[in-house]
Amino acid sequence: MWQAFRDQVKGEGLEVVTVALETAGADACRPFIEAAHPQHPSLIDRHHKTAELFGFVNIPNAVWIDEDGIIVRPAEPAPAPASIERPSGSALAGFEPPQRLLEILGEASKIQTSPAEYERALRDWVANGSMSRFVLSPEEVVHRSQRRDRNGALGQAHFELAAHLETIGHHDDAVDHYRQAHRLMPTNFAYKRQAWSLEPSGGDLAGPVARFWQGPLDGEEADWPYEGDWLTDVRAMGAEHYYPEWRP
Amino acid sequence: MIVDSLIIPRDDFEAGTGWLLRPEGACRGDHCIPLVDPPEGDTVDVAAMASQMNLPLVADERHAVWAVGPASVGGRALVGAEAPDVTLPDLDGNPFTLSSLRGQKVLLVAWSPY
Repeated sequence: MWQAFRDQVKGEGLEVVTVALETAGADACRPFIEAAHPQHPSLIDRHHKTAELFGFVNIPNAVWIDEDGIIVRPAEPAPAPASIERPSGSALAGFEPPQRLLEILGEASKIQTSPAEYERALRDWVANGSMSRFVLSPEEVVHRSQRRDRNGALGQAHFELAAHLETIGHHDDAVDHYRQAHRLMPTNFAYKRQAWSLEPSGGDLAGPVARFWQGPLDGEEADWPYEGDWLTDVRAMGAEHYYPEWRP
Repeated sequence: MIVDSLIIPRDDFEAGTGWLLRPEGACRGDHCIPLVDPPEGDTVDVAAMASQMNLPLVADERHAVWAVGPASVGGRALVGAEAPDVTLPDLDGNPFTLSSLRGQKVLLVAWSPY
Protein backbone atom coordinates (compact mmCIF):
# COMPACT_ATOMS: atom_id res chain seq x y z
CA MET A 1 0.00 0.00 0.00
CA TRP A 2 2.91 2.34 0.64
CA GLN A 3 4.13 1.56 -2.88
CA ALA A 4 0.91 2.94 -4.40
CA PHE A 5 1.22 6.09 -2.30
CA ARG A 6 4.86 6.42 -3.27
CA ASP A 7 3.94 6.22 -6.97
CA GLN A 8 1.70 9.23 -6.44
CA VAL A 9 4.21 11.43 -4.63
CA LYS A 10 7.62 10.37 -5.95
CA GLY A 11 7.69 13.24 -8.45
CA GLU A 12 7.16 15.68 -5.61
CA GLY A 13 10.35 14.78 -3.79
CA LEU A 14 9.29 12.19 -1.21
CA GLU A 15 10.87 8.78 -0.92
CA VAL A 16 9.38 6.01 1.18
CA VAL A 17 11.66 3.64 3.09
CA THR A 18 10.05 0.66 4.77
CA VAL A 19 11.86 -1.22 7.52
CA ALA A 20 10.70 -4.62 8.74
CA LEU A 21 11.41 -5.03 12.45
CA GLU A 22 11.83 -8.79 12.21
CA THR A 23 14.34 -10.82 14.17
CA ALA A 24 13.29 -13.90 12.18
CA GLY A 25 14.94 -12.24 9.17
CA ALA A 26 14.34 -11.77 5.47
CA ASP A 27 12.56 -15.04 4.77
CA ALA A 28 9.79 -14.18 7.23
CA CYS A 29 9.27 -10.89 5.36
CA ARG A 30 9.63 -12.22 1.83
CA PRO A 31 5.98 -13.09 1.03
CA PHE A 32 4.83 -9.62 2.06
CA ILE A 33 7.61 -7.72 0.32
CA GLU A 34 7.36 -9.73 -2.89
CA ALA A 35 3.60 -9.17 -2.98
CA ALA A 36 4.08 -5.41 -2.51
CA HIS A 37 6.66 -5.08 -5.35
CA PRO A 38 8.32 -2.10 -3.67
CA GLN A 39 10.27 0.27 -5.91
CA HIS A 40 11.45 2.09 -2.79
CA PRO A 41 14.09 0.83 -0.33
CA SER A 42 12.56 -2.02 1.68
CA LEU A 43 14.91 -3.03 4.48
CA ILE A 44 15.19 -5.78 7.09
CA ASP A 45 16.08 -4.85 10.66
CA ARG A 46 16.65 -8.06 12.61
CA HIS A 47 17.96 -6.29 15.72
CA HIS A 48 15.31 -3.53 15.76
CA LYS A 49 18.14 -1.04 15.47
CA THR A 50 15.90 1.62 13.94
CA ALA A 51 13.50 1.24 16.88
CA GLU A 52 16.29 2.12 19.27
CA LEU A 53 17.53 5.00 17.09
CA PHE A 54 14.14 6.54 16.28
CA GLY A 55 11.95 5.40 19.17
CA PHE A 56 9.50 3.06 17.42
CA VAL A 57 7.50 1.18 20.07
CA ASN A 58 4.80 -0.44 17.96
CA ILE A 59 4.18 -1.15 14.31
CA PRO A 60 3.34 0.47 12.01
CA ASN A 61 5.15 3.60 13.15
CA ALA A 62 6.89 6.23 11.01
CA VAL A 63 9.12 9.28 11.19
CA TRP A 64 9.38 12.16 8.73
CA ILE A 65 12.87 13.28 7.72
CA ASP A 66 13.39 16.42 5.65
CA GLU A 67 15.80 17.09 2.76
CA ASP A 68 18.58 18.08 5.19
CA GLY A 69 18.27 14.96 7.30
CA ILE A 70 16.32 16.65 10.10
CA ILE A 71 13.47 14.75 11.72
CA VAL A 72 10.34 16.90 11.46
CA ARG A 73 7.96 14.39 13.05
CA PRO A 74 9.19 11.72 15.47
CA ALA A 75 7.92 8.14 15.72
CA GLU A 76 4.12 8.00 15.74
CA PRO A 77 1.44 5.58 14.55
CA ALA A 78 1.45 5.51 10.75
CA PRO A 79 -1.60 3.80 9.27
CA ALA A 80 -1.40 3.10 5.56
CA PRO A 81 -3.01 5.86 3.48
CA ALA A 82 -6.79 5.86 3.60
CA SER A 83 -7.13 6.68 -0.09
CA ILE A 84 -5.24 3.59 -1.20
CA GLU A 85 -7.45 0.59 -1.70
CA ARG A 86 -6.80 -2.25 0.74
CA PRO A 87 -6.25 -5.68 -0.74
CA SER A 88 -9.60 -7.42 -0.91
CA GLY A 89 -10.18 -10.90 0.46
CA SER A 90 -8.83 -12.17 3.72
CA ALA A 91 -5.91 -14.28 4.77
CA LEU A 92 -8.57 -16.31 6.52
CA ALA A 93 -10.60 -17.04 3.37
CA GLY A 94 -11.41 -20.71 2.94
CA PHE A 95 -10.85 -22.01 6.42
CA GLU A 96 -12.52 -22.01 9.78
CA PRO A 97 -10.40 -19.81 12.06
CA PRO A 98 -9.66 -21.17 15.54
CA GLN A 99 -11.38 -19.45 18.44
CA ARG A 100 -8.30 -17.56 19.60
CA LEU A 101 -7.81 -16.01 16.17
CA LEU A 102 -11.44 -14.92 16.05
CA GLU A 103 -11.01 -13.26 19.43
CA ILE A 104 -7.83 -11.52 18.25
CA LEU A 105 -9.66 -10.23 15.17
CA GLY A 106 -12.45 -9.01 17.44
CA GLU A 107 -10.01 -7.00 19.55
CA ALA A 108 -8.11 -5.80 16.48
CA SER A 109 -11.33 -4.39 15.05
CA LYS A 110 -11.52 -2.04 18.07
CA ILE A 111 -8.04 -0.62 17.50
CA GLN A 112 -8.27 3.04 16.55
CA THR A 113 -6.06 4.80 14.03
CA SER A 114 -6.41 8.00 12.05
CA PRO A 115 -5.54 7.06 8.47
CA ALA A 116 -7.37 9.96 6.83
CA GLU A 117 -5.88 12.61 9.11
CA TYR A 118 -2.44 11.09 8.84
CA GLU A 119 -2.56 10.95 5.06
CA ARG A 120 -3.81 14.52 4.83
CA ALA A 121 -0.89 15.65 6.99
CA LEU A 122 1.58 13.67 4.95
CA ARG A 123 0.35 15.10 1.66
CA ASP A 124 0.44 18.58 3.15
CA TRP A 125 4.10 18.09 4.05
CA VAL A 126 4.88 16.76 0.56
CA ALA A 127 3.24 19.84 -0.99
CA ASN A 128 4.43 22.53 1.42
CA GLY A 129 7.66 21.22 2.92
CA SER A 130 8.96 23.21 5.86
CA MET A 131 5.94 25.55 5.59
CA SER A 132 3.57 22.68 6.38
CA ARG A 133 1.76 23.16 9.67
CA PHE A 134 2.48 19.52 10.45
CA VAL A 135 6.25 20.11 10.55
CA LEU A 136 7.40 20.29 14.16
CA SER A 137 10.29 22.31 15.58
CA PRO A 138 13.44 20.41 16.61
CA GLU A 139 12.54 20.99 20.26
CA GLU A 140 9.05 19.60 19.74
CA VAL A 141 10.43 16.62 17.80
CA VAL A 142 12.67 15.70 20.74
CA HIS A 143 9.92 16.37 23.26
CA ARG A 144 7.41 14.18 21.40
CA SER A 145 9.89 11.35 20.83
CA GLN A 146 9.37 8.29 22.99
CA ARG A 147 10.12 8.49 26.69
CA ARG A 148 13.30 6.65 27.56
CA ASP A 149 14.42 6.44 31.15
CA ARG A 150 17.26 4.32 32.49
CA ASN A 151 14.95 1.30 32.77
CA GLY A 152 13.84 1.70 29.18
CA ALA A 153 17.44 1.89 28.00
CA LEU A 154 18.20 -1.26 30.00
CA GLY A 155 15.19 -2.95 28.42
CA GLN A 156 16.54 -2.08 24.98
CA ALA A 157 19.91 -3.62 25.85
CA HIS A 158 18.13 -6.82 26.90
CA PHE A 159 16.11 -6.85 23.68
CA GLU A 160 19.20 -6.36 21.56
CA LEU A 161 20.88 -9.25 23.36
CA ALA A 162 17.77 -11.39 22.83
CA ALA A 163 17.68 -10.56 19.12
CA HIS A 164 21.38 -11.34 18.82
CA LEU A 165 20.98 -14.74 20.51
CA GLU A 166 17.95 -15.45 18.33
CA THR A 167 19.84 -14.70 15.13
CA ILE A 168 22.70 -17.01 16.10
CA GLY A 169 20.30 -19.85 16.84
CA HIS A 170 19.87 -19.74 20.62
CA HIS A 171 16.16 -19.12 20.94
CA ASP A 172 15.84 -20.67 24.40
CA ASP A 173 18.53 -18.39 25.78
CA ALA A 174 16.96 -15.37 24.10
CA VAL A 175 13.67 -15.82 25.97
CA ASP A 176 15.09 -14.62 29.32
CA HIS A 177 16.25 -11.39 27.71
CA TYR A 178 12.93 -10.85 25.91
CA ARG A 179 11.24 -11.28 29.29
CA GLN A 180 13.51 -8.68 30.86
CA ALA A 181 12.83 -6.28 27.98
CA HIS A 182 9.07 -6.73 28.45
CA ARG A 183 9.33 -6.16 32.20
CA LEU A 184 11.38 -3.00 31.76
CA MET A 185 9.34 -1.61 28.84
CA PRO A 186 5.79 -2.81 29.50
CA THR A 187 4.22 -0.51 26.92
CA ASN A 188 6.56 -1.49 24.08
CA PHE A 189 4.33 -3.67 21.93
CA ALA A 190 6.93 -4.13 19.21
CA TYR A 191 9.16 -6.02 21.66
CA LYS A 192 6.23 -8.06 22.93
CA ARG A 193 4.77 -8.91 19.52
CA GLN A 194 8.21 -9.88 18.23
CA ALA A 195 8.88 -12.32 21.06
CA TRP A 196 5.36 -13.75 21.18
CA SER A 197 5.33 -14.29 17.41
CA LEU A 198 8.44 -16.46 17.60
CA GLU A 199 6.64 -19.06 19.73
CA PRO A 200 4.69 -21.94 18.15
CA SER A 201 1.14 -21.23 17.05
CA GLY A 202 -1.88 -23.38 17.75
CA GLY A 203 -5.04 -24.12 15.85
CA ASP A 204 -3.18 -25.89 13.02
CA LEU A 205 -2.32 -22.50 11.59
CA ALA A 206 0.27 -22.40 8.83
CA GLY A 207 1.93 -19.66 6.84
CA PRO A 208 2.07 -15.97 7.74
CA VAL A 209 -1.21 -16.01 9.71
CA ALA A 210 0.39 -18.35 12.26
CA ARG A 211 2.53 -15.45 13.49
CA PHE A 212 -0.58 -13.77 14.89
CA TRP A 213 -1.36 -16.49 17.43
CA GLN A 214 0.98 -14.84 19.95
CA GLY A 215 -0.11 -16.72 23.02
CA PRO A 216 -0.20 -20.07 24.81
CA LEU A 217 -1.41 -23.22 23.08
CA ASP A 218 -4.78 -24.51 24.23
CA GLY A 219 -4.25 -26.83 27.20
CA GLU A 220 -0.53 -25.97 27.42
CA GLU A 221 -0.81 -22.63 29.19
CA ALA A 222 1.85 -23.62 31.75
CA ASP A 223 4.46 -23.87 29.00
CA TRP A 224 3.98 -20.30 27.76
CA PRO A 225 7.23 -18.52 28.64
CA TYR A 226 5.92 -14.95 28.91
CA GLU A 227 3.96 -12.97 31.50
CA GLY A 228 1.48 -11.71 28.93
CA ASP A 229 0.22 -12.52 25.46
CA TRP A 230 -1.42 -10.44 22.75
CA LEU A 231 -5.02 -11.09 23.68
CA THR A 232 -4.52 -10.73 27.44
CA ASP A 233 -2.41 -7.58 27.18
CA VAL A 234 -4.63 -5.83 24.64
CA ARG A 235 -7.75 -6.59 26.67
CA ALA A 236 -6.05 -5.30 29.82
CA MET A 237 -5.05 -2.00 28.24
CA GLY A 238 -8.19 -1.64 26.12
CA ALA A 239 -7.80 -2.11 22.36
CA GLU A 240 -8.73 1.53 21.81
CA HIS A 241 -5.48 2.52 23.59
CA TYR A 242 -3.30 0.20 21.50
CA TYR A 243 -1.97 3.18 19.57
CA PRO A 244 -1.71 6.62 21.15
CA GLU A 245 -4.09 9.14 19.64
CA TRP A 246 -2.54 10.89 16.65
CA ARG A 247 -2.22 14.61 17.19
CA PRO A 248 -1.33 17.20 14.56
CA MET B 1 25.49 -2.48 20.36
CA ILE B 2 26.58 -6.11 20.74
CA VAL B 3 30.20 -6.79 21.66
CA ASP B 4 32.09 -9.99 22.35
CA SER B 5 34.90 -8.19 24.17
CA LEU B 6 34.92 -5.37 26.70
CA ILE B 7 37.97 -3.78 25.09
CA ILE B 8 37.10 -2.68 21.57
CA PRO B 9 38.49 -0.32 18.94
CA ARG B 10 37.48 3.28 19.48
CA ASP B 11 35.98 3.43 15.96
CA ASP B 12 33.73 0.45 16.72
CA PHE B 13 32.48 2.07 19.91
CA GLU B 14 31.67 5.29 18.07
CA ALA B 15 29.97 3.51 15.18
CA GLY B 16 28.05 1.15 17.45
CA THR B 17 26.76 3.73 19.90
CA GLY B 18 26.49 6.73 17.57
CA TRP B 19 28.44 8.85 20.09
CA LEU B 20 31.73 10.38 18.96
CA LEU B 21 34.49 10.54 21.57
CA ARG B 22 35.88 14.07 21.59
CA PRO B 23 37.94 16.07 24.08
CA GLU B 24 34.76 17.80 25.29
CA GLY B 25 32.93 14.52 25.84
CA ALA B 26 30.90 11.89 24.00
CA CYS B 27 28.95 13.82 21.38
CA ARG B 28 26.03 13.28 19.04
CA GLY B 29 25.29 16.35 16.94
CA ASP B 30 25.43 19.34 19.27
CA HIS B 31 24.80 17.29 22.38
CA CYS B 32 27.77 16.12 24.46
CA ILE B 33 27.92 13.93 27.54
CA PRO B 34 30.88 15.16 29.63
CA LEU B 35 33.46 12.47 30.41
CA VAL B 36 35.36 12.50 33.69
CA ASP B 37 37.96 10.14 32.33
CA PRO B 38 37.99 10.42 28.51
CA PRO B 39 39.61 7.46 26.74
CA GLU B 40 43.03 7.88 25.22
CA GLY B 41 44.41 5.79 22.39
CA ASP B 42 42.74 3.57 19.84
CA THR B 43 40.82 1.27 22.15
CA VAL B 44 37.94 1.79 24.56
CA ASP B 45 37.11 0.09 27.84
CA VAL B 46 33.42 -0.57 27.20
CA ALA B 47 32.45 -1.00 30.86
CA ALA B 48 34.22 2.20 31.90
CA MET B 49 32.62 4.19 29.07
CA ALA B 50 29.17 2.73 29.73
CA SER B 51 29.51 3.78 33.35
CA GLN B 52 30.58 7.32 32.49
CA MET B 53 27.85 7.77 29.88
CA ASN B 54 25.15 6.04 31.93
CA LEU B 55 24.65 3.43 29.20
CA PRO B 56 23.25 0.10 30.39
CA LEU B 57 25.60 -2.86 29.94
CA VAL B 58 24.00 -6.31 29.96
CA ALA B 59 26.01 -9.52 29.91
CA ASP B 60 25.06 -12.95 28.67
CA GLU B 61 27.76 -14.99 30.32
CA ARG B 62 26.80 -18.25 28.72
CA HIS B 63 27.56 -16.89 25.26
CA ALA B 64 30.17 -14.34 26.37
CA VAL B 65 28.45 -11.41 24.70
CA TRP B 66 27.37 -8.03 26.01
CA ALA B 67 24.81 -5.49 24.89
CA VAL B 68 25.40 -1.79 25.40
CA GLY B 69 22.06 0.00 25.58
CA PRO B 70 21.26 3.51 24.41
CA ALA B 71 21.75 6.71 26.35
CA SER B 72 18.73 8.08 28.17
CA VAL B 73 19.88 11.70 28.10
CA GLY B 74 16.95 14.03 28.56
CA GLY B 75 14.59 11.13 29.12
CA ARG B 76 13.71 10.82 25.43
CA ALA B 77 14.61 8.50 22.57
CA LEU B 78 15.96 11.46 20.56
CA VAL B 79 18.61 13.84 21.90
CA GLY B 80 18.28 16.10 18.86
CA ALA B 81 16.26 16.31 15.65
CA GLU B 82 19.15 15.28 13.40
CA ALA B 83 18.23 11.88 11.94
CA PRO B 84 20.58 9.14 13.10
CA ASP B 85 22.13 7.26 10.18
CA VAL B 86 21.70 3.55 9.75
CA THR B 87 22.67 0.96 7.15
CA LEU B 88 20.46 -2.12 6.74
CA PRO B 89 20.13 -4.90 4.17
CA ASP B 90 17.24 -5.34 1.77
CA LEU B 91 15.59 -8.69 1.04
CA ASP B 92 18.57 -9.80 -1.03
CA GLY B 93 21.15 -8.66 1.50
CA ASN B 94 22.21 -5.51 -0.34
CA PRO B 95 23.06 -2.77 2.18
CA PHE B 96 21.24 0.54 2.02
CA THR B 97 22.26 3.66 3.94
CA LEU B 98 19.50 6.02 5.01
CA SER B 99 21.59 9.17 4.59
CA SER B 100 22.01 8.42 0.86
CA LEU B 101 18.54 9.99 0.46
CA ARG B 102 19.63 13.47 1.57
CA GLY B 103 17.99 16.06 -0.69
CA GLN B 104 14.66 14.24 -0.63
CA LYS B 105 11.99 14.04 2.01
CA VAL B 106 11.92 10.58 3.57
CA LEU B 107 9.02 8.75 5.16
CA LEU B 108 10.63 5.99 7.22
CA VAL B 109 7.98 3.39 8.01
CA ALA B 110 8.52 0.54 10.49
CA TRP B 111 6.29 -2.51 9.92
CA SER B 112 6.37 -6.19 10.72
CA PRO B 113 4.92 -9.48 9.47
CA TYR B 114 3.62 -10.35 12.96
